[in-house]
Amino acid sequence: MTRSVVITGVGAVTPLGVGARTLHERWTAGVSGIEDGFGRASEFEPKEHLSTKEVRRSDRFTQLALAAAREALEDAGWDDGPPCEHERAASVIGTGIGGIGTLEAQHIVLREEGAERISPLSIPLLMANAASGVIAMKHDLRGQSFGTVSACAAGAHAIGTAERLIRYGDADAVVTGGSEAAITPLATAAFGRMDALSESGISRPFDRRRDGFVMGEGAGILVLEEEEAARERGARILGYVRGYASTSDAHHLTAPEPSGRGAARAMELALKDAGIAADDVLYVNAHGTSTPLNDRSETNAIKTALGEELAATIPVSSTKSAIGHLLGAAGAVEAIATLLALRDRIAPPTLNYGEPDEGLDLDYVPNEARPLQNGDVRAIGLSNAFGFGGHNAVLCLEAS
Amino acid sequence: MAVTATREEIESRVFSALEEFGAEPDQINPDATFESLDIDSLDLVELAQIVEDEYGVQLKGEDMEDVKTVRQAVDLVMSKLG
Repeated sequence: MTRSVVITGVGAVTPLGVGARTLHERWTAGVSGIEDGFGRASEFEPKEHLSTKEVRRSDRFTQLALAAAREALEDAGWDDGPPCEHERAASVIGTGIGGIGTLEAQHIVLREEGAERISPLSIPLLMANAASGVIAMKHDLRGQSFGTVSACAAGAHAIGTAERLIRYGDADAVVTGGSEAAITPLATAAFGRMDALSESGISRPFDRRRDGFVMGEGAGILVLEEEEAARERGARILGYVRGYASTSDAHHLTAPEPSGRGAARAMELALKDAGIAADDVLYVNAHGTSTPLNDRSETNAIKTALGEELAATIPVSSTKSAIGHLLGAAGAVEAIATLLALRDRIAPPTLNYGEPDEGLDLDYVPNEARPLQNGDVRAIGLSNAFGFGGHNAVLCLEAS
Repeated sequence: MAVTATREEIESRVFSALEEFGAEPDQINPDATFESLDIDSLDLVELAQIVEDEYGVQLKGEDMEDVKTVRQAVDLVMSKLG
């Protein structure tokens, strides 16, 4: 019998504040978390969420993940560790870069004070798997624990991998998601040198004037459980991970393949994996970075995957218009945003949208949220995440 | 270059370091073991760095091996200071 995977808890720390519902409510209301060209998680004060020891023992990307995980576990009603055998509970957390803030700070120490002054905590803080390891330790999750690394698709890859762990019987519960804290001098300068960042500091996906992405930071964590076990313990079911697929463009180190064929194939395969037809999709949460290349190739991909006629009728919006690009956290934060939007049957808006671009002619839900189709139809959506390296990961989610 | 310091000064500096590392302030006393304070080997490397900065004495890994309590750490620093 196929094991299906339910979402029982969500947590997020984003530029829109602390809390998954805060993200959903503020984005839906059209609030932007971007200030001075950056999407900082400025409402996050680590000491309000973590012990002194936890704060010292973690890079900011792990701190964000720990806080989001705490919210997600409380939301799932996990009082004291996982509700299953601890050996069958896993932790899979993606990140684009990991503890680059620690790396940069310690490199300054190395240059200015010498090797003897390097903190013994450097490696455990900066390693990209730190969030996964620390969450497993804190909540006594003794099954599989590792990070996923696929740049800006890492959060979605983590959730997809977590879904497979449960579906294939390797785990009964997984704490999963993504985290990123890369608004640092080196990362900012390096993205800037690639011409990837918005010079205007405005995130306006799909708009003709879009000029690059806005760097953001944050974390999104979900609790996934095997459906039968979750129902048995009386868990509240927020929704389902119905399908997942991942492909590679095999095209260019950073640029998406222009026709969007790799991304389209990921969307098609995710629907196939879910056993869901394209015309049952109510909403698409786009990767929508606000870069000239992504938004064009993604529009092509959506048309290819859903069919031009159908694609024109489905609302497509970008969370990045409100919070910027959370890199390795984006796929997870946006999966949460998708789920909560589907639960409320609302399409949150693409903010800052004003001027249509030629060929970018989908329904991008400009500037104001709009109710999704009412009635008894299933609330099904797709959440897209693509990363440098040509990685495409797509989740098919259903709200209960 | 070693500097002069009283036992009280060293103890007070070690206490504040332990607090900084996340040990519960009301649990910190000379007889507390590092284990009971949840202070591990990574913390002790940092403690050694602080001691070197402040008092100019080097605590090596092998010096620290037998150090189990706060008092033993302070004794070790005192003995290095001569």
